[in-house]
Amino acid sequence: MKNNGIIQIRELTKRYDSVLAVDNLTLTIRQGEIFGLLGPNGAGKTTTTLMLLGLTEPTSGSAFIDGHNCTKDPIEVKKSVGYLPDSVGFYPGLTGRENLIFTGMLNGLEREQCSERASQLLDRVGMSYAADRKAGGYSRGMKQRLGIADVLMKDPKIIIMDEPTLGIDPEGMRELTSLIRELSVKDGRTILISSHQLYQVQQICDRVGIFVQGRLIACGRIEELGRQLESEGRFELTLLASPGGKALTALLESLSGVKAVEEQEDGSFRIEARRDIRGELTALLAEHRHSILELHQKGGDLDEIYRRYFEKAGEKNEISGSEKKHSFIKGLWKGKRKAQ
Amino acid sequence: MFLSLFTTSSSSLYSVATFIAFLGPLAGITLGFDAISNERSQGTLNRLAAQPIYRDSIINAKFLSGAAAIFLIMGVTGFYSSGLGILISGFRPTLEKGLRVLIFFLFAGVCISVWLAAAIIFSVLCRHAATAALACISIWLFLSMFMGQVASGIAGWIYPLDGMEGLFNQVSNYELQLSINRISPYYLFSEAASTILNPGVRSIGVVTMSQYEGAMASSLSLGQSLLLIWPHLVAMIAVAMAGFAISYISFMRQEIRA
Repeated sequence: MKNNGIIQIRELTKRYDSVLAVDNLTLTIRQGEIFGLLGPNGAGKTTTTLMLLGLTEPTSGSAFIDGHNCTKDPIEVKKSVGYLPDSVGFYPGLTGRENLIFTGMLNGLEREQCSERASQLLDRVGMSYAADRKAGGYSRGMKQRLGIADVLMKDPKIIIMDEPTLGIDPEGMRELTSLIRELSVKDGRTILISSHQLYQVQQICDRVGIFVQGRLIACGRIEELGRQLESEGRFELTLLASPGGKALTALLESLSGVKAVEEQEDGSFRIEARRDIRGELTALLAEHRHSILELHQKGGDLDEIYRRYFEKAGEKNEISGSEKKHSFIKGLWKGKRKAQ
Repeated sequence: MFLSLFTTSSSSLYSVATFIAFLGPLAGITLGFDAISNERSQGTLNRLAAQPIYRDSIINAKFLSGAAAIFLIMGVTGFYSSGLGILISGFRPTLEKGLRVLIFFLFAGVCISVWLAAAIIFSVLCRHAATAALACISIWLFLSMFMGQVASGIAGWIYPLDGMEGLFNQVSNYELQLSINRISPYYLFSEAASTILNPGVRSIGVVTMSQYEGAMASSLSLGQSLLLIWPHLVAMIAVAMAGFAISYISFMRQEIRA
């Protein structure tokens, strides 16, 4: 495969004074795939994307996009890479269409070509109805759509999106994900999405990388990541049985291989185990006349994977003495749970 | 005679030259104070920087477009006021007088570009456009209103004018005061403007009686007037360039982030 690795990042490091924003990042993204870069706020995702575009200089290491060095040859890189920043803005005094034409002309296109392409793209992102309104009056979602059209003006081979899902309503979300899919499958573009929102990313990404404190702690297909965790002896079950209560807790704890049992507010139990205990569990419960109402194994879900990896990263951090980040990650997770 | 159109003031109205000296800097600040910070707060800066253009073309364009606008304003003002003046008064300017007016407005353009450069520096350094504008305006106020007082204060402190000693110190006192005043672009501009618009101004420094003795009361030729203000012009261009260089360097070193 000659096309293997359209984006190649090698040992990329960025240090701000004492803070290590990106720590020895090595990553290869293949042609035509959608790659999701996941991590909490401040994990170094934006810094990485800025370095890929040559807008920030790395402290050490290098990145290549389509064979061009991102630091030394940013103009060539920027010709083939479209970048959608996290809070994209437009000149408020120009209409949406004029904003697009301006971008096209910055990319060296002729004026007629620009306006033709702008009309097509406005159609494609469903913004034709507002194309001739001043961009100053656009809503967040409209700006985001116009941003995608803006990125496509230069007909990029690679698209980098920073938090593209932020502040978009569910309906807009659905459209956005199908648009991103289409950009990848139909047009064959490579897409790099950085985000802290998991569900959307799970729906559209071919591969994900989990990024915490500047380090890539896991990378691969979502199923692969799930399996990787299982093989490390982390099983988590949710059980709802009747009768529940203290007796059941004791019974569950007596089972070998169970690490922890926790009764939850709704009466179900969260069981952490070292191996797959589902067979033994059902037999044991039947024997003691508990009927199983619900039993399912967690895992394979990006949310779960994400949390687990954060826990792992958190544990490591605790050893290295930075408790703060750990509690932050926990807090993030709790907040997420509540939101669900 | 034609030149007095620009220098005459009545008791209630300032001359054109004074107006430009006062309001020109404000025009420069207006054009520059939000040049970069506005792009940043709109979120268009990173979108712009992600296009295949060199990063310095952004700041170059900001400065050049501002300077072009300034020279355009000055050109229009110059031609319009001369034209109107000719129509109303009926004076026909000689070539030399016309050139003097042209040079005056060119010089005003350079002077305002200094303020444009200063405003762009602040727009690069400050996060908010309002901070940049206030910083520029306060510097402008200080340099054009209070510089004279500061200059005479310092000169009086170093070369006191009281008593016997004061008589000897008079020349050095004045010279020091003059050189401190010349730090201010406002003073430089006024000095240069009065020289170029008034051929009767023969010198801008101290002239002793012995130097003056035997001098004929004639006006200077254009070349001689230009020679007098040449340092002013060079200084202005140098300050504008230095200001632009500072904003250029700090912009190039800055992070492009929203």
